[in-house]
Amino acid sequence: MMVDALQGFLQGLFGSVFPLVWTLLKIVLIIAPLLLAVAYLTFWERKIIGWMQVRIGPNRVGPWGLIQPIADGLKLLLKEVVIPTGCDKSVFLIAPMFAFAPALAAWAVIPFNDTLVLANVNASLLYIMSITSIGVYGIILSGWASNSKYAFLGGMRSAAQMISYEVAMGLALVVVLMVSNSLNLGDIVRGQGQGYFADRGLGFLSWNWLPLLPMFVVYLVSIVAETNRAPFDLAEGESEIVGFHVEYSGMAFAVFFLAEYANMILVSTLTSILFLGGWLSPVGFLPDGILWLFLKISAILFIFLWIRATFPRYRYDQVMRLGWKVFIPLCLIWLVVVGCWMMSPLNIWK
Amino acid sequence: MEFRTFVFYFLAAILVVAGLRVITARNPVHAALYLVLAFFTASGIWMLLQAEFLAIALVLIYVGAVMVLFLFVVMMLDINLDRLREGFWSYLPLGSIIALLMVAEMGLVLGGNYLGLFEAEVPQTSVDHSNVQAVGRLLFTDYVYPFELASVILLVGIVAAVALTQRERRQSKAVSPSQQVFVKARDRYRVLQMPAEKKD
Repeated sequence: MMVDALQGFLQGLFGSVFPLVWTLLKIVLIIAPLLLAVAYLTFWERKIIGWMQVRIGPNRVGPWGLIQPIADGLKLLLKEVVIPTGCDKSVFLIAPMFAFAPALAAWAVIPFNDTLVLANVNASLLYIMSITSIGVYGIILSGWASNSKYAFLGGMRSAAQMISYEVAMGLALVVVLMVSNSLNLGDIVRGQGQGYFADRGLGFLSWNWLPLLPMFVVYLVSIVAETNRAPFDLAEGESEIVGFHVEYSGMAFAVFFLAEYANMILVSTLTSILFLGGWLSPVGFLPDGILWLFLKISAILFIFLWIRATFPRYRYDQVMRLGWKVFIPLCLIWLVVVGCWMMSPLNIWK
Repeated sequence: MEFRTFVFYFLAAILVVAGLRVITARNPVHAALYLVLAFFTASGIWMLLQAEFLAIALVLIYVGAVMVLFLFVVMMLDINLDRLREGFWSYLPLGSIIALLMVAEMGLVLGGNYLGLFEAEVPQTSVDHSNVQAVGRLLFTDYVYPFELASVILLVGIVAAVALTQRERRQSKAVSPSQQVFVKARDRYRVLQMPAEKKD
């Protein structure tokens, strides 16, 4: 009701440019909560890691430390952005935007429930793959434009890591779209809502994670490596390894930081949609809804933080070996297995 | 002016400027970045023609993979710009012949409609028609042999690249004593004569 009234009011106000205004409004409605979530994810990470290490975590700014992320943001805004001499200034400043923008642009095609999506396009999975593949430019360009050997080597290292795991991720996605018979994220979710178990009220057993379990594991590990998170965080390694953003300070550094967390939220959302049934309810007697999607995203984000607090860091050659010699052959074999499965009488995806 | 026309001219202007900057930019990395911009804009124009699969694939493959590797190589190279600019005039005749050939080829393709080159019309698709499905169906039915052939050529490229760069790795670092006793002093070191380096 209220939405219709608002729509009518704005239509009268703006006339012919109304569709543009309406779309911009929807974009703001997606981006603003997302940025808030990014800010509070950093807070939540520090709290959870604190509890896991028997510490308290941030608790000084505001009640229970809840204003901490805002204080951090203000601090970074007030700091000077140092631009090194001899660096390529324009590329140096564009690089953080290259890292951050794809993490926001990908949200255009994410479906939140059956009808709630900004752009319902047929090739939305392809769109997401191509938009997220641009993020690697931020890393390469920042490493090169800093005009520093350490930043350059760090940029090369983490770009090579991202490209390697993108291959495994892409192959896992190919298997998902094979069984879904669609590239539309909404259709992929709807496809998971039917099947033997879904008809008997046990929807969570019909989701893609069970029949495609190896791909689910590959995807889950690959997204950790893709976002340069621990235990694959050799891009920066905070305290000991020098990474691609060593020359960045103040807000320019903060944009890289925000990009990392925005990417975490994005890939968690994708995992929920592709493997965990998106907005679908896990059991028959509870209604489907957007809350399930948020619950699944939060669970995967928690796994990110849990892994970070638990595992020691991989060595670089081990990271590369895992990507190229374990995940890619596994994906290729499973691709053939699922292909044969779909052609056999045992096919469960009709 | 219709909105679509406006979008087309907007993208086309960016594309032309980016294309010009690719060949005029002094810094090779900047040139590669302008090429990225050109690909991205071209994909926008293809999107305008409702070729969504081709547009997204262009970004995915060329921007996301090929140009990244390009940048890798260009950044690692130690390029001397003055040396590159030498001999511009002596290469000019050959270069202009090639340029003329390319212009003629492009003219033939672009004027194809006029010259009656194309048998089929450009398909007009509706909104719910899936471009990806259409391309996939054609690739795996009518054009399956050319498609397989192209993939085999790519595979040969991969195998060749691996074969060129693969080095035998020694499994053990133990030294054989029988070879060790035959070593002479001149196998171990060389005395080099080189001019003193001039500081600039």
